[in-house]
Amino acid sequence: MNKLEQLKQNLAGQFNIGNFKFSHSVGDDVLEVPKEDIPALLKHFRTSGKFDFLMDVCGVDYPNREKRFDVVYHLFSTKDASRLRLKTQVGENESVGTATEAYRGADWFEREAYDMFGVKFEGHPNLRKILTHHQFVGYPLRKDYDANWQQHSNSVLPIHFDNKPGRPGDVLNDDYVAINVGPSHPAMHGTLRVMAELDGETIVRANPEIGYLHRCFEKMAETHPYNQVIPYTDRLNYCSAPMNNIGYCKAVERLLGVEIPPKAQAMRVVLAELSRIIDHIIAVGTGGVDLGALSAFFHLLTYREKVYNLFEKLCGARLTVSMTRVGGMAQDAPEGWFDEVLAFCKEMRVQVDEISSLMLDNKIFIKRTQGICPISAQDAIQWGYTGPLLRATGVNLDLRKAQPYYGYDALDFDVPVGTTGDIYDRYLVRVEEMRQSIRIIEQVCKNIPGGDYTIRDKGIVLPEKKDVYGNIEGLMNHFMLVIKGLRPPVGEIYDATEAANGELGFYLVSDGSANPYRLKVRPPCFAIYQSFSSVVEGWMLADAIAVVASMNVIAGELDR
Amino acid sequence: MHNDQVQDSSSLMGTQAVDDMSRSFAFTSKLDAIVAWGRKNSFWPMPYGTACCGIEFMSVVGPKYDLARFGAEVVRFSPRQADLLIVAGTITEKMAPVLVRIYQQMLEPKYVISMGACASSGGFYRAYHVLQGCDKVIPVDVYVPGCPPTPEAVIDGVLALQRMIATNQPRPWKENWKSPYEQA
Repeated sequence: MNKLEQLKQNLAGQFNIGNFKFSHSVGDDVLEVPKEDIPALLKHFRTSGKFDFLMDVCGVDYPNREKRFDVVYHLFSTKDASRLRLKTQVGENESVGTATEAYRGADWFEREAYDMFGVKFEGHPNLRKILTHHQFVGYPLRKDYDANWQQHSNSVLPIHFDNKPGRPGDVLNDDYVAINVGPSHPAMHGTLRVMAELDGETIVRANPEIGYLHRCFEKMAETHPYNQVIPYTDRLNYCSAPMNNIGYCKAVERLLGVEIPPKAQAMRVVLAELSRIIDHIIAVGTGGVDLGALSAFFHLLTYREKVYNLFEKLCGARLTVSMTRVGGMAQDAPEGWFDEVLAFCKEMRVQVDEISSLMLDNKIFIKRTQGICPISAQDAIQWGYTGPLLRATGVNLDLRKAQPYYGYDALDFDVPVGTTGDIYDRYLVRVEEMRQSIRIIEQVCKNIPGGDYTIRDKGIVLPEKKDVYGNIEGLMNHFMLVIKGLRPPVGEIYDATEAANGELGFYLVSDGSANPYRLKVRPPCFAIYQSFSSVVEGWMLADAIAVVASMNVIAGELDR
Repeated sequence: MHNDQVQDSSSLMGTQAVDDMSRSFAFTSKLDAIVAWGRKNSFWPMPYGTACCGIEFMSVVGPKYDLARFGAEVVRFSPRQADLLIVAGTITEKMAPVLVRIYQQMLEPKYVISMGACASSGGFYRAYHVLQGCDKVIPVDVYVPGCPPTPEAVIDGVLALQRMIATNQPRPWKENWKSPYEQA
């Protein structure tokens, strides 16, 4: 309450706060303002240092309202880890001032809102489609767009660049060589496409094109009941699938106002940290492959397989585990599972050192990565970097420490930070994080709390099978929950967890029905990857490949 | 002198010596069969990994499951050097033209394995930007179910394709295929 009051007093002198609406929504601070005030307000937040991060910009569609769209900004402050949700209403043919002048990181987020809802951002330098293909007509996340209406594309967008003042993006310069890399290219991880103009081997301008894996996660979430969304979240960042399950379930649970039992929390922490390890295995391993070092990858994959085995033992799936449910876990861990995790940790501890000597001490690897494409802490914050990439620049921000959840505050672990923000530091941070994750897992596994693995609220969690088949009450509860669905109260929430790549946020709007009204994912690598062109300009093409690898761009969460 | 030598060796090739050699290591077969045997045991796969299945495909070629045991270890990222396209992951409407182009660039004979639910049918993405199966645009020989399929299932798919090749099974879907973008 105090923070919002403070903010009110602070803004009173400078803005006409008669039109502002300050409120709380499920513990989040919310500020609703007229759209005319948005650019000035954001600039004020930025320059006064109140909120240094713009985490997310998104739209929400309310077709029956006079002003149809909400544009929602999520702000974050590293100083006291406070958050603010800034909302404004925009009509169908109206526009709102761009946030890019205050926060550069708003760039792609605004393009996405334009692509999905048709909200125009006045003053945005390059307001083009971003996720859907160039022949796509309409705005798919509007409520009147049918989720199953596919539109085919028969061509690929030619090489183009971002529009900049005095330099239109579609006009190529004949003095330079224009090249296209991807989307089918080994260094582009399957779905990324980079267009570049080269002077010799130096990049003059570059443009990453995304959306090749845009599989409509957010629309799918709106058309499925809450628990059926969980398997879709697996496929956001498929390198560390359980972390997405956890992030999503945590958001829904907070909206419901339930606390999951200690055992479920402990299991989630173990799953999350195992996922962090295997995510970093992919990041470090494929990073090596992109630089020509295959052996480390094969070596690392052996240990990823071991984690797959643990997952398989836990729930039967290897990669996309969907192990969490709203209210806890799907089932208890089998007997002796935590001991096996501990045995794995013991083995992995040795292997991390080996990986470290294989990759980080390798002369070629060092030459390819050290001092290459560094980014300063200020720039990184401006772009909305989070996670290992932000920490590589020296900013000590980890949500597990800043906004502890699931008992992370009681655990003893360090947050590694880098100094220069170059590619080498990113790998350094990732490898050290693997060590810290092992520490966390060992602490949790040695003190697994007893008790239930899920809450037993009949309106949230399905009863156990023995009750469904064994007594009438269980049968009725099961029937009611399946037919009626899990229905959180009307409200909205933004909840974030520290995923392997950074802040994974879920903005969830509930209208009281069985499906989410709107579910916006704030994927960490979306914010990171938008800085790509400015990071690589002036560097060699081969460095750009190393940058893509070090950013660990996962197309599933990038394009959703 | 030189001529004599050539004559000597040619006379050698035509007579008793060849018969002896054939008894020691040669065998007779049909040309089709031996070509099929070679093809099926030396796939050069091109992994078209777009999503989760691509990660699982890493496990297939990785140390534990090791696709090399079945002769398909030479993973190539250039379609010009590959004869087996493994579509591993969701194909979106935006990606479809790229996939067709990649397929067209592959040299004959060429085969396609559709790995996973998304590539085979769109999977649970019944959505506005997802192609409802990559067989809408390219001919698929083997569908591997799963989301993602286990590495065992992928290997089973490769073996199924090997059987198809060994028996010279007719592939009308392939013979009658034409690019969906060339009709105009």
